[in-house]
Amino acid sequence: MATLKKQLINPEKFDKVFKSLCAGSALLVSLLMAGLFIQLVYYALPAIRTFGFKFLISSEWDPVNNIYGALPAISGTLLTTAIALIIAVPISFIVAMYLVESASPKLSTPISFALDLLAAVPSIIYGMWGLFIFVPFMQKFFKSLFGIDYSGFGFLTGGIILAFMILPFICAIMRDVFKLVPSVTKEAAFGAGSTHWEVSYDISMKYGAKGLLGAVFLGLGRAVGETMAVLFVIGNVQNVPKSLFGRGTTIAATLANNFSEAEGILKSSLFELGLILLVMSLGVQVLGQLWLNRVSRQMGEK
Amino acid sequence: MQKMLKAGIAVTIAVSSFASIAKSINGAGASFPAPVYRVWTYNYKQAKKVKVNYQSVGSGAGINQIKSKTVDFGASDKPLKKAELDKFGLVQFPMLMGGVVVVANIPGIKNNQLKLDGLTLAKIFSGEIRRWNHPTIVSMNLGTEIPAMPINVVHRSDGSGTTWIFTNYLCKVSPNWEKTIGCGKSVKWTAGYGGQKNPGVANNVKKLSGAIGYVEYTYAVEAKLNTIQLKNKAGKFVKPDIKSFQSAGASADWENAPGYYMVLTNKAGAKSWPITGVTYILMYKKQKNAAEAKSLLKYFDWCYKQGASVAEKLKYVPIPKSVIAMVEKSWGKEITVNGKKVWQP
Repeated sequence: MATLKKQLINPEKFDKVFKSLCAGSALLVSLLMAGLFIQLVYYALPAIRTFGFKFLISSEWDPVNNIYGALPAISGTLLTTAIALIIAVPISFIVAMYLVESASPKLSTPISFALDLLAAVPSIIYGMWGLFIFVPFMQKFFKSLFGIDYSGFGFLTGGIILAFMILPFICAIMRDVFKLVPSVTKEAAFGAGSTHWEVSYDISMKYGAKGLLGAVFLGLGRAVGETMAVLFVIGNVQNVPKSLFGRGTTIAATLANNFSEAEGILKSSLFELGLILLVMSLGVQVLGQLWLNRVSRQMGEK
Repeated sequence: MQKMLKAGIAVTIAVSSFASIAKSINGAGASFPAPVYRVWTYNYKQAKKVKVNYQSVGSGAGINQIKSKTVDFGASDKPLKKAELDKFGLVQFPMLMGGVVVVANIPGIKNNQLKLDGLTLAKIFSGEIRRWNHPTIVSMNLGTEIPAMPINVVHRSDGSGTTWIFTNYLCKVSPNWEKTIGCGKSVKWTAGYGGQKNPGVANNVKKLSGAIGYVEYTYAVEAKLNTIQLKNKAGKFVKPDIKSFQSAGASADWENAPGYYMVLTNKAGAKSWPITGVTYILMYKKQKNAAEAKSLLKYFDWCYKQGASVAEKLKYVPIPKSVIAMVEKSWGKEITVNGKKVWQP
């Protein structure tokens, strides 16, 4: 025991051990990622061979005759995520800016605290709330205000619930990004006669562009892969969206609904859907990185 | 430190020795009979001190899990054909019978007030009939005021044995359904809303005005949903209840059913409920451990004999005594450990 302690405390050896430990952990992450990818491709192969490229553009989903197409799930995922981002990003931006720039600490501390709490609420809670409270609300809201017979189940409801879910998440990160803007810079701008809006827009936003975009992409990533909150309210039919009030499904919801009972080509098709989801997330990451590079070039950074 | 270590070892030994005395039984599968299995496992633990774990993961998952040998028994509402049983070395026997009922949420219509025949039901679920005041429905329900409102079809979003029983019935009564949609644990739904599992369907029917859906009977009773009457093969309208399920079950000819393969939909009999189903237990013919195999069969024997009253209370139909004798006889013949028989009936 004593010698072990000595050996560990020996700084040179300790450094070496620590370094290899870190490198190993980092390697493990990439190995896991590669393994996951290979496994998905492997299990998706039968479906890829059977349906080929048509899988991506076919809207057929017939478990009895074993014919599957991913278009309803892919388009549903894109639509709900788009609705969520359109609602959540501007609101979280404004809220985060208000909390950091203009709210008094008496107000901003409790709100910030609530925000962090909300960001930690498990998604199933949003799903249950959506089913029991928000669906009936949407039914009554559209009936009484516009006279539209909306059942409350569908893309619009799913998208709005996703927005509620990712809003605190995006907002909390944006708030932290705004906090990082050096007050000296802001004070200088105020000193030069800038208005609140000008300081927020020209100084805080541009300074934190990377972080803000990062926040949006994190929210997007969460929305794309969200399962339970959407599954409860989306309607769960394999339909390509024709209107916001229509019913459909998402990739994650399709997986959750069918996986436990699946076998054969259906199981393989579900793995291919999972692969598509992974590629979509990867695409989002790459796009985000490219855009960030462009933004930083425009601002004269390297 | 050492004291803690010693205590830890003592606890581990105590736990592992306890575990070796009372090995628990693990099963997984159908959610259709899960309400009964839940009570049975509890009662069995109280009575015989043997723990049974049952995961209600769905029929297909139950079949998959027994095939990959992660559980001691699987449960399914969709019987396997004799050839498939033989291929995997499995035995299958019926455990319970129950009814799949049609539930509806129509303002002003009371429980069991609405009447439909099978063909109309198929047309509703395929989206061909879209409004409640459709002439076909109205003519079948003269004297009942049916509101002019759209029909919201609710079905299962997940693969399910309940869907298999329901679509099996629709295939039998509607050639068009058989041709365009077919029968399966999940099918190509052309209309409606999907709900997750039995409770999800019940919930959506409750939420949507003008909704119609199908669930296992217990879930309809639990959710206080209105059921509807269906016309059976004899041409009579029947209410779903334990009597009409029993009547359908009585018509089953178990003697001539290889591997106990039995489908009870659209059975003859003036009182028979047309969408009745059987739920099955699957286990391996060749068991590894004699004591464990015996404890498993003892549990099923207890379910048949002591569990019947619980099943009836939950509106399921127990398996008739003559069939139990047949099943237990086949245990004696087919279930072995290293070639030795395990069960003496």
